[in-house]
Amino acid sequence: MELSTIHGLRDLLANREISAEELTNQALEKIEKIDDKIKAFVTVTKDEAIQVAREIDQKRSKGESLGPLAGIPMALKDNMCTEDIKTTCSSKILYNFIPPYSAKVYEKLLGAGSILLGKTNMDEFAMGSSTENSGFFPTCNPWDLNCVPGGSSGGSAAAVASGEAVFALGSDTGGSIRQPASFCGVVGLKPTYGAVSRYGLIAYASSLDQIGPFTRDVTDCALVMNAITGHDSFDSTSALVDYPDYTRFLVNDIKDMRIGIPREYFGEGIEPEVEAKIREAINKLEELGAVVEECSLPHTQYALPAYYIIAPAECSSNLARYDGVRYGLRVEDADDIVSMFSRTRDQGFGIEVKRRIMLGTYALSSGYYDAYYLKALKVRNLVKQDFDKAFEKFDCLITPTAPSVAFEFGSKADTIAMYKQDVCTIPINLAGIPALSLPYGLVNNMPVGLQFVGKAFGEGNLLRVAYTLEQNSDQTRLEPSLEGVK
Amino acid sequence: MKISIKDVEYVALLSRLELTEAEKVEQLRELNKILDSMEVLNKVDTSGVEPLAHVLPIYNVLREDELRATLPKEKVLQNAPEEDEGMFKVPKIV
Amino acid sequence: MGQYEAVIGLEVHVELKTKTKIFCGCPTEFGGEPNTHVCPICLGLPGVLPVLNKKVLEYAIKAGLAINCSIAEFSKFDRKNYFYPDLTKAFQTSQYDLPIAEHGHLDINVNGEIKRIGITRLHMEEDAGKLVHQGDTISSSFSSLADYNRAGVPLVEIVSEPDLRSAEEAKAYLEMLKAIIEYIDVSDVKMEQGSLRCDANISIRPVGSKELGTRTEVKNLNSFRSVQRAIEYEIQRQIDQVEEGERIIQETRTWDENKGVTLSLRSKEEAHDYRYFPEPDLTPLVISRDWVAELKNGLPELPEAKKARLIAEHGLPEYDAGVITSSRALAEFYDKTVCIHPDYKGVSNWIMVELLKLLNAENMEISEAKISPEGLAKMLTMIEKNIISGKIAKQVFEEMFNTGKDPEAIVKEKGLVQISDEGQINSIVEQVIANNPKSVEDFKAGKEKSIGFLVGQIMKETKGQANPGVVNKLLKDKLNEL
Repeated sequence: MELSTIHGLRDLLANREISAEELTNQALEKIEKIDDKIKAFVTVTKDEAIQVAREIDQKRSKGESLGPLAGIPMALKDNMCTEDIKTTCSSKILYNFIPPYSAKVYEKLLGAGSILLGKTNMDEFAMGSSTENSGFFPTCNPWDLNCVPGGSSGGSAAAVASGEAVFALGSDTGGSIRQPASFCGVVGLKPTYGAVSRYGLIAYASSLDQIGPFTRDVTDCALVMNAITGHDSFDSTSALVDYPDYTRFLVNDIKDMRIGIPREYFGEGIEPEVEAKIREAINKLEELGAVVEECSLPHTQYALPAYYIIAPAECSSNLARYDGVRYGLRVEDADDIVSMFSRTRDQGFGIEVKRRIMLGTYALSSGYYDAYYLKALKVRNLVKQDFDKAFEKFDCLITPTAPSVAFEFGSKADTIAMYKQDVCTIPINLAGIPALSLPYGLVNNMPVGLQFVGKAFGEGNLLRVAYTLEQNSDQTRLEPSLEGVK
Repeated sequence: MKISIKDVEYVALLSRLELTEAEKVEQLRELNKILDSMEVLNKVDTSGVEPLAHVLPIYNVLREDELRATLPKEKVLQNAPEEDEGMFKVPKIV
Repeated sequence: MGQYEAVIGLEVHVELKTKTKIFCGCPTEFGGEPNTHVCPICLGLPGVLPVLNKKVLEYAIKAGLAINCSIAEFSKFDRKNYFYPDLTKAFQTSQYDLPIAEHGHLDINVNGEIKRIGITRLHMEEDAGKLVHQGDTISSSFSSLADYNRAGVPLVEIVSEPDLRSAEEAKAYLEMLKAIIEYIDVSDVKMEQGSLRCDANISIRPVGSKELGTRTEVKNLNSFRSVQRAIEYEIQRQIDQVEEGERIIQETRTWDENKGVTLSLRSKEEAHDYRYFPEPDLTPLVISRDWVAELKNGLPELPEAKKARLIAEHGLPEYDAGVITSSRALAEFYDKTVCIHPDYKGVSNWIMVELLKLLNAENMEISEAKISPEGLAKMLTMIEKNIISGKIAKQVFEEMFNTGKDPEAIVKEKGLVQISDEGQINSIVEQVIANNPKSVEDFKAGKEKSIGFLVGQIMKETKGQANPGVVNKLLKDKLNEL
């Protein structure tokens, strides 16, 4: 039962072959046993989890109606507010912050009957691609403890890959769900901007942030999407559209589906072994009846620099509220307010966060706005237009999720090299469209991720093509041996 | 375009970050590297292109002028680093 | 000032009287125990998002229309970034390059001359919290306390062109603006409660010069009087400075009401680099022309139009019409009263003389006074019907002002009904003549004035209730008989 799925467990729970409390205890025991090595969790909510599990079991025994995820233990990235449960963004500046309110996604998951096991580690304020920027400790990749799990949602990815949680939520601003999903060999989906409420998600870059699931297979991905998507009147950017039942896209058929292969995502900068695996997957899809054709997204190379202007600019403003006045860290002995602000922020933020705050402040400052920020917004439009054009012709695009498999700790010390980790994922955030990372085989014993990209609110096509590949290939369901942690 | 240590200091002041001298030097080096990598944007012809600040075409999201519950006072202040008379206390301002 | 001319522009902040805050459902109500009108959103807690209150947009458009602005077809919010402990997000959600309303104007009347003052823009923004300084003044305080009840209360900021040339003009502009906002009922516009706030940008230049001098921004103007005094002071200070060969420094200054001076606010003036950028958490606004037209049609008659109508149709003197229309409440009081008792000049006189006298004496707003238009109308009818004299009416009026009682009840209760009965008055006349032989002699000797004294004595005897017409007639008859 170790690496079970939502859909598998759901049946066991419904048939009373296992209780929610037993399942939760198993998960908690596993966390206890292996998380000192994996370090996926920042906070484990043991008591609360058991209590909720008991309530669900009671409801079930009374025959009351239960939500679609009833009894399923899960984890949340520690940038989603959970009332009365510490929420830190893995930052020293929020080391003691206890939100008096809950994020909408957490409320939705609770409403669906899911059980929170704890809050997962991340790159501080979701800035990073390895979880090495956590203000507390790095998380390890369950496939190889010397390697990073990816980031910024590394804790969530590792928790699902290692079997600590059945599923987890992460957030994705430039690839923070998909890249760690790829590194840890799990399914990760960044939904369309506006499909999942951001209310209660601690902002990094508001116009790019989006919450999404980490699951062990595509069916689970659809099930979690059913639970978390939908319009929310507390989020002005929440889209008022008809949200489908995502499980109806779990169809083993891609005959005549039009798949584009954007050439800019291959070749230079992508490890040849990774590219080979992606090509192999593409061939498989062609065999399964898809119509595959190469295409071009000409502004791709400009997405990364545009992102590193837009995201830091928004971050410089979003992170200004951490000033030591109302919550979080405050230095003790400041004489005046400016010194209190400046020293609190210097001590509370890590180096990468400070770098992005400064970069963003510079890009918005008087005299540089047009050259940097405005230019970046225009480039963003060009990047989006590339996708708009491509989707006139294709149902879905396929690219690698990341240029490489998981790397060793400390091996990407160069800032720019680390930023380039997100080269395949960032354009998708700029365009606000959905993308799913599906595991596809191993390179040097580490998982490779295949990225499916769809048009806005076209998650259905992504689920369908991923599901079909999953049903017809033995390369998409990967399990780490967990030898290092036993 | 290279920035100077003075620029770093100005930006740090605007950002309310009290950096050590060593941090300033490091930030200068890294920021210059990043800004260099952005030079490529100058090659893009963006004339006639609208800036895209909001990616979805959503407009006029408004709520009715209706009261909602306020937060109980103990919850308002539960995270306050320093509190006095039900307010958030801060060091002197000028 | 002689060879110098002042150039003044006003930035006026008006708190909109919506039920809830601009981006959350917390009450906007003034006062309240500290930090009780707050929620995660206006506290700027990590993760919260704003949603615009529709009423705020409606009120802003109405205000824009009332000051003759054009309403934007496309508008958006921006973030104004700066650190201050009264700001929960360390940015103020405001509007930068695409405000909701622009290019307006209003006309002011200074010493009988009409002058048009341009309005650059009107934009929506949120208010900040309030800081209580522990210690005597902000500069000597050792710490401050933040109360966020006011954080997120909706504001419109109305920026005038630098078209004002004197403190008097500035005051007239502000009064007119206040009256207009009050008429359209989108704000309480109370300076003492902070729902109307004003900053002044002031510079001077040699008369005839077209260039603008270096300006200072004067803040903390908490009353109409302080607006006028502070501007007068600041103009003179700048003139003195220039005369002494000193340069004017561009800076923010605060008005010290007690000392009557403006003081430099910050020693280390930091560059104002607010790093505005579009607010990603709020969607842009596309304002339909139909809605604007609907709101425009729904606007009430504004002070200028009303004043013109009172002069033309009611025959009021320009001055009186101006005073009555200067406040919406006063104008409404007038309207309601004349609606019942259409003696325009009579009603106007009672408002101009007695009502304003009592309001000024008590330093009250008309809304706080207990007198009602129905009461005044009824009292005027009683005068007309000779039930009470004009003199007694003043007494009745004051009683109504203080207690709000019905004038008939007051008259009854206090026994103030006018005595017109000739028999009753006659006996008093005879008594007064008998008691004042000297005055009677004086009258006989041709001193017409002494009749006034005798009338006074009769009125005194009747506690002022005798019908003056009847008294005069009977007294003259009697004296002539002697």
